[in-house]
Amino acid sequence: MRHTLAALVENKPGVLAKVAGLFRRRGFNIESLAVGITEKPQISRMTIVVDGDDKTIEQVTKQLNKLIEVLKVSDVTKNSVERELALVKVNATPQTRGEIIEIANIFRGRIVDVARDSFIIEITGDEDKINAFIDLMRQYGIKEVARTGKIAMQRGSKALE
Amino acid sequence: MRAADAIVKALEKEGVKHIFGIPGGAIIEVYDALFDSEIVHILTRHEQAAVHAADGYARATGRVGVAFATSGPGATNTVTGIATAYMDSSPVVVMTGQVPRSLIGNDAFQEADITGITMPITKHNYLVTDEKELLRIIKEAFYIARTGRPGPVLIDLPKDVTIADIEFDYPEKVDLPGYKPKYAGHPRQIKRAAELIMKAERPIILAGGGVILSNASEELVKLAETIPAFVVTSLMGKGAIPETHPLSLGFIGMHGAKYANYAVQESDLIIAVGVRFSDRTTGKVSSFAPNAKIIHIDIDPAEIGKNVRVDVPIVGDAKLVLRELIKHIQYKRRKEWEDKVNEWRRKYPLRYKRDGKLKPQYVIEKLYELAPDAIVTTEVGQNQMWAAQYFKVKYPRQFITSGGLGTMGFGFPAAIGVKTAFPDKTVVDIAGDGSFLMNIQELATCVDYGIDVKVFILNNAFLGMVRQWQQLFYDERYSQTCLLCKEMSFEKIAEGFGAVGMTVERESEVEDAIKEALSIDAPVVVDFRVDRLENVYPMVPAGAALNEIIDEEV
Repeated sequence: MRHTLAALVENKPGVLAKVAGLFRRRGFNIESLAVGITEKPQISRMTIVVDGDDKTIEQVTKQLNKLIEVLKVSDVTKNSVERELALVKVNATPQTRGEIIEIANIFRGRIVDVARDSFIIEITGDEDKINAFIDLMRQYGIKEVARTGKIAMQRGSKALE
Repeated sequence: MRAADAIVKALEKEGVKHIFGIPGGAIIEVYDALFDSEIVHILTRHEQAAVHAADGYARATGRVGVAFATSGPGATNTVTGIATAYMDSSPVVVMTGQVPRSLIGNDAFQEADITGITMPITKHNYLVTDEKELLRIIKEAFYIARTGRPGPVLIDLPKDVTIADIEFDYPEKVDLPGYKPKYAGHPRQIKRAAELIMKAERPIILAGGGVILSNASEELVKLAETIPAFVVTSLMGKGAIPETHPLSLGFIGMHGAKYANYAVQESDLIIAVGVRFSDRTTGKVSSFAPNAKIIHIDIDPAEIGKNVRVDVPIVGDAKLVLRELIKHIQYKRRKEWEDKVNEWRRKYPLRYKRDGKLKPQYVIEKLYELAPDAIVTTEVGQNQMWAAQYFKVKYPRQFITSGGLGTMGFGFPAAIGVKTAFPDKTVVDIAGDGSFLMNIQELATCVDYGIDVKVFILNNAFLGMVRQWQQLFYDERYSQTCLLCKEMSFEKIAEGFGAVGMTVERESEVEDAIKEALSIDAPVVVDFRVDRLENVYPMVPAGAALNEIIDEEV
């Protein structure tokens, strides 16, 4: 089963390499890894999506915790808000432009760049939504997709500190 | 103050008395600073040996061992030493020189990304990019190396950092929010463990290297006597209980005694302390002790549940946890179990064939008889297993071996580290001919510094353990395991380095040779020409259960 882990780590060079290296050498199957700074400049937050049974996830968590720069690891798979951002560059002809804009609106996407024969559409949402959107865009010809990987946060007032 | 001088001063503050290493251009400033220090530097002849020596020093003393190397090839030569220390949780600090900051990333002369290279084999590592952080980093490195589950820490020092001018303001405390080792065990878990122990009919204690690292040997013996329970160890746990103790069954696993492996397989409760259930210890995991509940005490939470399922996990320091646990246990004799194990002990002793040839086991038995208090290091392979089987370890830190990584070439430089720490102790490296060749250049170090270690080579002219596998599992196809293509004399090699060399070919000469070697006040290499085709028995084949044991007819 897929699990979403959130890790608070010290914002220092090499930490991402340590985390990524840990996954590789221990044979954990990592699906996505998103990193960004938190409200505290010295701390970054990593959202890691891992595929594995409970035993694997337990090992992943424990091994992550062993890294000196890792401050906290939490499984946020359940009861959380999950988002991903994607930029999709899609072919757009005068005949298809209207349709694409309409679909983008339905998905609450934003057209952030318009060229003579293409759009870039910015879309956020959970993974399913983004997959569905990309799927719909295929018929027009996708030129490029950039996805951030998932970030997640648990609902309610409890916070990962 | 020049940063290099501050480094040496910081090491002095950390109580460092000895450093093993080799200088080079990138670390020359630190060596210049060392010139005026009281710290004794041992110049090894290979950086790998420097780290093994620091590691041996750490294992023998419990203090942090320190090794120095220059950048690039100097640094990469330390890798095997660091990985060895990492696998066996040995507290070592390695300092490597690095090219100046302005050249990092430019493939400069003698540049290697050693922090990148050693990331998976260090507990933590640092590249010092700002001289203002230097002293904090040194403080942290020593703290991380020796606390919690110990391990190697590397500090990479760009040359221009070592030249920089800094204030010597050595921090008193460390502030590592992500590193908080847990020492006290959870009281409720300890109670649950005690309840299981009181209920058990066939309990057994499995002690690992963690018992020795936390100096918990006394508590372990007390626990064993209080329950009472037989004690088996992993290879790294040898010495956790005196192997002469009536409750000790020696080590288990691939070459453990039959009775020890049977006792584990038949037990109904395993109290595992500071052990990580390596595949060499457990045999086939799915058939490991099938009817036993498992209590696992370990300071590293990641070890619990990693290899075997655990019924009662206790995260904490072995010494503290055992102290608490003992309080909740009352003596309860299990006569039937005791008799059964003792019966196995009588029925399946460790034994070997005496057929007139010089047997490696005999050499070790004689060494044990003549120098039972010696600190023994081993190389890796058959020599290591015979040493583990026939040298009965009496006290913790007496048996020093590369367990996790299985590093051939470890024992000899490790012995140099041990002898440096304990100049008055007899220190013997039990070696194979293959392993000894892997760091033989350290004879020069021994001779140069008068480091009086003894190397006993069980010379069968083979990479013996591989040859044994080829004999048993590959139809005697001895592919690339015979090392004796031409006559070669370790005696002459030793003499060439300025050490004392001896050759022993007959059983009748063994005792006198050992006595003579131990009495000479110089490094001695004794080449015991043992039966070339002798095997290590009993043996649990890789992937088999602990009670599926191959043994030899004697």
